[in-house]
Amino acid sequence: MSVVVEYTSILDFIGFNSYSLMDNQYYPFLDEYNLPYAISYGLWKIIGGTIAWLINLIFPGNPVSEWLMGDGASTLFALIIFMLIIFIVVFVCTLISLWMERKCLGRMMDRRGTMIGMKGFLQCVADGLKTFMKENTIPGKVDRMTYMWTVSLVIGVSVLVACMIPLSGRWFVVNYDTGLLIVMAFFALAPFFILVSGWAQNNKYSLVGGMRAAQLMISYEVPMLIMIATTALLAGSFNIGDIVYAQNDNVWYFIPQIVGFITFFFCATAESERLPFDIAEAEAELVEGWQTEYAGMKWGLIMLADYFRGYVACAMVTIMYLGGWTLPIIGDGPIPEIVFLLKTWFVFFLMILVRAALARVRPDQILNIGWKVFMPLSVVNLAIVLLLKVGGVF
Amino acid sequence: MTDSIVPVKEIEEKMETDKMWIIMGPQHPFSHGLWTLKIKVDGEIVVDADPIVGYLHRGWEKETENRTYPKIIPMADRLCYAASMTYTHLYCMTVEKALGIDIPEKAKYIRIVADEVCRINSHLMWLAAVGTDLGNLTVFLWAMREREYFLDLNVKLCGARMTTNYPRIGGVRNDLTELFERDVIRTVDRFEKALWDIIALMDDSSIIVSRMKGISYISREQCANIGMTGPAMRGCGVDFDIRRDDPYDNYDKVDFEVPVLTAGDSYARYMIRIEEMFQSCDIIRQAVQKIQALGKNAPYRIKTPTKVPAGTHFMRMEDPRGESLMYLVSDGTDKPYRLKVRSPIFTNVSTSKVMCQGCRIADVPAILAQIDMCLGETDR
Repeated sequence: MSVVVEYTSILDFIGFNSYSLMDNQYYPFLDEYNLPYAISYGLWKIIGGTIAWLINLIFPGNPVSEWLMGDGASTLFALIIFMLIIFIVVFVCTLISLWMERKCLGRMMDRRGTMIGMKGFLQCVADGLKTFMKENTIPGKVDRMTYMWTVSLVIGVSVLVACMIPLSGRWFVVNYDTGLLIVMAFFALAPFFILVSGWAQNNKYSLVGGMRAAQLMISYEVPMLIMIATTALLAGSFNIGDIVYAQNDNVWYFIPQIVGFITFFFCATAESERLPFDIAEAEAELVEGWQTEYAGMKWGLIMLADYFRGYVACAMVTIMYLGGWTLPIIGDGPIPEIVFLLKTWFVFFLMILVRAALARVRPDQILNIGWKVFMPLSVVNLAIVLLLKVGGVF
Repeated sequence: MTDSIVPVKEIEEKMETDKMWIIMGPQHPFSHGLWTLKIKVDGEIVVDADPIVGYLHRGWEKETENRTYPKIIPMADRLCYAASMTYTHLYCMTVEKALGIDIPEKAKYIRIVADEVCRINSHLMWLAAVGTDLGNLTVFLWAMREREYFLDLNVKLCGARMTTNYPRIGGVRNDLTELFERDVIRTVDRFEKALWDIIALMDDSSIIVSRMKGISYISREQCANIGMTGPAMRGCGVDFDIRRDDPYDNYDKVDFEVPVLTAGDSYARYMIRIEEMFQSCDIIRQAVQKIQALGKNAPYRIKTPTKVPAGTHFMRMEDPRGESLMYLVSDGTDKPYRLKVRSPIFTNVSTSKVMCQGCRIADVPAILAQIDMCLGETDR
């Protein structure tokens, strides 16, 4: 229980003197230290303390001020700020990858890429503002409810899964023992909503696009899960932190699992619907695929969700094969979050290279690739890992 | 299907699955211009296709009947935005044939150079379109970058980039400008290297090749029956090029090869066009040499009468997209009585049913990119 303090000055309210993050009886992360939560808890101490002090000035000795500074309210408001911090960081990371794609693609294609402000970074902001100011049109004869909830869920699930990726051992939202599986499960949800959304739009292009999303999903999902299982087998856990530290203790898994690394990279490209595999929105034949009837803000958010998914795909590759937020000799280091993000952007750069060099595959070819190339390769990868495991290397 | 255990056909008949018409166009990313392709699909497989053209009809042929002969030259530019030089050239040749005059040697070679520059221009435009239709933007931008150099040559030659208004009845408008010979040779040398970059990007990628290889097969006979011409025809094994087989101007005095492939698929058409670009470079080099041999003060234009004697005349030429033909009926005045244009694409696009049947929706843009649509000349 917290100690009863005499509230006299503002500093007492802000409570730096009795600043105790882990002692809070409602601390949501068990025994683990969580950096963004610590930041948000400190922020709430300042903001809430100031508010409590102001209320106390007007109505001295009221119970609201005390409640605001109590354990329960502090945790509640700190969690809200915590969510905001997590989201903003992921959002900025995604915008940076979006900017990186435009700039790098521009260089590869012999043009300049975006040019507005801060080496072209502000173009993202300009585009966002533009889509937000567009008229919100909903075509007639669509199934209005399905039309809206599917797109909300596609965007929502993408944002959720992007926020669930831990940036380091101290920067996470949940730390389950089955973390990788949960991320994968949320990651694989979107194609279902795309399928339903394509059906709801009363548009033939959308319908074909939605069907293709399903076709795409059945071709890469199985090998992807096999490779996740392989990594878990090697690390002995589905926990993201355990996988990363297991790599830090032995060797980064892209060395024993080089086959898996390359296969998973392309599966992840397919999962985030990026260029060689973006058949669900193939703009050459399907106009904009399943997104055809979404206009203005909705379309802008869908585009953003695509990049969220791209970020998640890269983060998963980083976690599973590139040692996550650790570095070979120094391990965690002082700022593991930056190391993680740099690795993620490096993987994203590889995806940009692939996008610049390759063309879109046909839907029937993608089934061939999925079942005749990715699937055997993932099994080969599993066999190699089993041999290594049995041989006692790991 | 017959020896499968599950009676798929019967089940499908019981389910009464319907085939679906998808109307691609007139505003659609794949239709490089304003036209519609209706495709009937069974799942992802196209079972029928029906092209609809005519959205861009401007009454070109009728309009020419109210203009004097020289005034039609800039109009002929507007027939095709990508190959304006060849259409103007064709029009001038038709009137010259009607007048029965022979133009100076130098003008003929200059026209050859201008035509081939225009051909490379047009083929690069096509290559760019193939890039986007296959989903690769890099090819698009690289091809457009190369095209800029050839547009610069147009500027150097006549001051305009696309609608050039350069050939005249009885020659060309102006002599080669200063240092044009040097620039054209340099551009061509540079281009031959740069084109290999694009070829490496396209042909070394098994995805791009597999998107084109073995799809939309057309046999020699089908090709002849439909009346397909140009690179698409030569990809089907028909060895015919008007530049070689019915030479106009001085094409019989330059040495070049006509690429022919017998595969008949999309990839063959692609390879023919790529090879044609290299051949055009050769032709440009030879023609520039011939121009230099003629000397600086050789005549490049002769005066022609304004009135064309009564009669009917036609002239045909190898447009970048196929065989284009103009048929002139004159009644002895200074205006044509009738001027008919045969557009190669108008015929070629009617093959879309044959080409698209049996392929998938994703193949449709990749197949029709090989026709190299240009609606200005199709609808006239």
